[in-house]
Amino acid sequence: MLIAAAADNWKVDTNTLVTLDGMVLHRPSGRKASYGQLAEKAATMPQPAEVALKSPQDFKYIGKQFKRTDSKAKSNGSAQFASDVRLPGQLTALLARPSVFGARLRRVQTERAKAVPGVRAVVEVPQGVAVIATDFWSAKKGRDALQIEWDESGGARVSTTEQRDQYLALLNQPGKVARSEGDAAQALAQAAKKLEATFEFPYLAHAPMEPLSCVVQLKDSGCEIWAGSQSQTSDQATAAQILGIKPEQVKIHTLLAGGSFGRRANPASDYIAEAVSVAKATRDLSAPIHLMWTREDDIRGGYYRPMFVHAISAGLDAQGNPVAWNQRLVGQSIAAGTAFEGGLVKDGIDMTSVEGASNLAYAIPNLHVELHSPKLGVPVLWWRSVGHTHTAFSTEIFIDELAAAAGKDPYAFRRTLIQHPRLNGVLELAATKAGWGTPLAPKSGVRRGRGIAVHESFNSFVAEVAEVSVKPDGSFSVDRVICAVDCGIAVNPDQVRAQMEGGIGFGLSAALHSAITLKAGRVEQSNFHDYPLLRISEMPRVEVHIVPSQAAPTGVGEPGVPPLAPAVANALFAATGKRLRKLPFETSELRSA
Amino acid sequence: MIPIIVNGTPRSVDATPDTPLLWVLRDNLGLTGTKFGCGMAQCGACTVHLNGAPVRACMTPVSAAAGQKITTIEGAQGKAVKALQDAWVKLDVPQCGYCQAGQIMSAAALLAGNPQPTDADIDTALDGNLCRCATYQRIRAAVHQAARTMRG
Ligand code: FES
Ligand code: FES
Repeated sequence: MLIAAAADNWKVDTNTLVTLDGMVLHRPSGRKASYGQLAEKAATMPQPAEVALKSPQDFKYIGKQFKRTDSKAKSNGSAQFASDVRLPGQLTALLARPSVFGARLRRVQTERAKAVPGVRAVVEVPQGVAVIATDFWSAKKGRDALQIEWDESGGARVSTTEQRDQYLALLNQPGKVARSEGDAAQALAQAAKKLEATFEFPYLAHAPMEPLSCVVQLKDSGCEIWAGSQSQTSDQATAAQILGIKPEQVKIHTLLAGGSFGRRANPASDYIAEAVSVAKATRDLSAPIHLMWTREDDIRGGYYRPMFVHAISAGLDAQGNPVAWNQRLVGQSIAAGTAFEGGLVKDGIDMTSVEGASNLAYAIPNLHVELHSPKLGVPVLWWRSVGHTHTAFSTEIFIDELAAAAGKDPYAFRRTLIQHPRLNGVLELAATKAGWGTPLAPKSGVRRGRGIAVHESFNSFVAEVAEVSVKPDGSFSVDRVICAVDCGIAVNPDQVRAQMEGGIGFGLSAALHSAITLKAGRVEQSNFHDYPLLRISEMPRVEVHIVPSQAAPTGVGEPGVPPLAPAVANALFAATGKRLRKLPFETSELRSA
Repeated sequence: MIPIIVNGTPRSVDATPDTPLLWVLRDNLGLTGTKFGCGMAQCGACTVHLNGAPVRACMTPVSAAAGQKITTIEGAQGKAVKALQDAWVKLDVPQCGYCQAGQIMSAAALLAGNPQPTDADIDTALDGNLCRCATYQRIRAAVHQAARTMRG
C-alpha cells in the first residue's frame, strides 16, 4: 500500500518501485519518499487481496546476528529509567497503602511526618496517604512517621493456610467444564492402572529489579507522564479519567523499564493512578511528582500470579497407554473484573487459568478439565508466561508419572503421545543435544538425575532437559539445562538465546525460592531476604538450540519459563525417586534415607 | 554540610548524616547510574566503590563516607572497568539493564584483586548482585572475557 501510494503520487508503475531502509524508491527518476511521508495516503489505498512476502534469501536483517543498541548505555550508567527522571523542581512521593487489601483509611495523624525536614506535604488520596518531600530519604522518613489507623472491616483478611484448605476442598467438587472429550470418568473407572496427584502453587510477586516508579507533571493543557509503561492505552485512559480530561491530553513518555514481567502492564494501571492522584492532590505545589515504590511496597503491593492448586487423575490401559485424563484447577481469575474480561473469559472460564491444560498436547482419548475461580480480595495479574507457569508444571510432571507407571522412558513416552510435529521437533532436539539415554557422569557424594519437559506457549515450542545433583541433605544444584526452541523465524537469534537463558533463570528462581503468603490479610514477605531471587551461584549452564524454521515468528519472552520447573522436578525424581509436586520445592523431602 | 569526594571531585552535600549515600548520589548530586533495588544490602544494584572497595550505598550512611573517596559507575575508569564494559557490550549482557552498573562495579573490584578468576570466584564475588532478568551466564562469560583482555 505504501508502494501503491508512491506510484499514485508519482504516476509511475508499481513494478518500477522498490523499498529500502524505510523508503520507497523510484530508481529511474531517483525519487524517494519515506514510509512516514506515505503513510497517510497509503491508509486510503485499497487493500490488496494478497501480499507477497519477501523471500528468506532476500532478508537483510532477519535471522542475522545484530547487536543490541542499548548495551553500552546499560553498562555505563547512562541509560535512563523512570526512576532516573529529574525534572526541575520535582518532588518525591511515597504512599502509605492499606494494611490489608481493600482496607480504608480511618484516621491519620500527620504532624510528625510534616515535621521531618524535607517533607513538603502530606495528602490523602483514594489509594492511601502520600508523603511528598524534596528527596526519597525525607519522604521515606516522613512516611515512617505517619500514624495511621485503617478500617479493615471491608478488607481481604485472607490467610494463605486457610485459603489452601478451601482450595483443596474445592478440588473435590465439580467445577466449570473447560474441555471435555470422550468420557474420562468412565474410561478412568475401567482403566487397568490409575494414578492421581495434587499440585500446589503459591502467589508470586514479579519483583522487577527496578521498583515501580512514575513521574507526573500537570500542565494547563493536560498532563505528562514518565514511566516504564507496558500498557500505555490503559495508563493514558486511567490518568485522563482521574483528572477529568481527554485521553489525548495525557502524554506518556515511555522510558526503559528495569524489568517488568507483566507488572507494568496492569489493566488497573495502579501505580500510574497513584502518581496521578498524588499530583492532582498537590496541584498547589506546582511541582512534578515522582511517585516511587520501595521494595517493601513492591513485594506487598499485590497483583500477584494467583495461588493455584490442581488435581489430576489418569488411567492407563494394560499396555501402558493413557486412556483418561481428568484435571481440576482452582485459582483466581486474572481477567475477572478487568477490561480484558470480555475477551479472556468464555462461559465462566478464564482462558488464562487453563491454557496449557485444556489444550493438553498429549493424545489421550478421554480428556476432562474443570476450573474453579474463587473470588478473593487479593489483587492478581499475569506474570511471565501467565497460566503456563502452573499448567506446564502439573501436566509435565504427571505425564512423567504416567511414563514411570507404564514402565516407559519419559522421553519416548512423550514422543509417541505428542501429535504436533513442532512440539516433537523441540523434544527430539533437546533430548539429542542432552545425550538423553546416556548415563550422566557420576560425581562423588551426590545423586544425579536428568529430567525433560516440553510445552507450547505463546505459539512457540520449547523443550528443556535439566541435569541435577542432589546432596544427602536434600539440597541440590541444577548443573545444566539444554533448551530447544521453535519460535518460527528467529528474527534475532542471539536475543532468542538471551530470552531462553533469562526465562530459565526466572523459572528456576520461582521453583527454588518464591512464595508470597498472607496472614490475616497481611503479606508476610517484604524484601529479598524473605522473597529471595536466584543468584549467580545458582545459575545453571544453559545451552540453547534454535530450530531452523520458515514459520511466522512467535513469542520468546515467556516460553522459556514453563518447561523449567517440571524438567527440574523430573530430574529430581530421576535422581532420588521422590516426586515434588509443590512449588517452591521443599528440599527436605529429598534427604537420603 | 558533609564533604565527600565523588569521582575525584570534592563535593559538599546538604543531607542529614543518616541519609544513605545512595540517595545523596541520586537525589543531591543527580548521579542516577547507581540504582535502588532493595535498600537493605540484598541486591547490589547500589554498589559503588568507597576508597576502592565495593560497598552497598543503600546501607552506607553519608556520614560514614565523609571525607572519603567514592567512585560511581559514572566515574569508574581504568583498565578493568573498560575491559568489563567492552565485554558487556560484545556479549550483549544486559537485558533490562537495571542491575548492570552494580554488576560491573562488583566485577571491577573482583578483577582488581584477581586477574584470572574461575567461575567459582565470579560466583562468590557477584553473589550479592541480583539480576532479575537472570543474565548470569553472560555475566560470567563477560568477566572471563574482560580478564583475558586485561592479561593481554
Ligand atoms: S539497593 Fe543497595 S543492595 Fe539493594
Ligand atoms: S538485566 Fe535486568 S535485572 Fe539484570
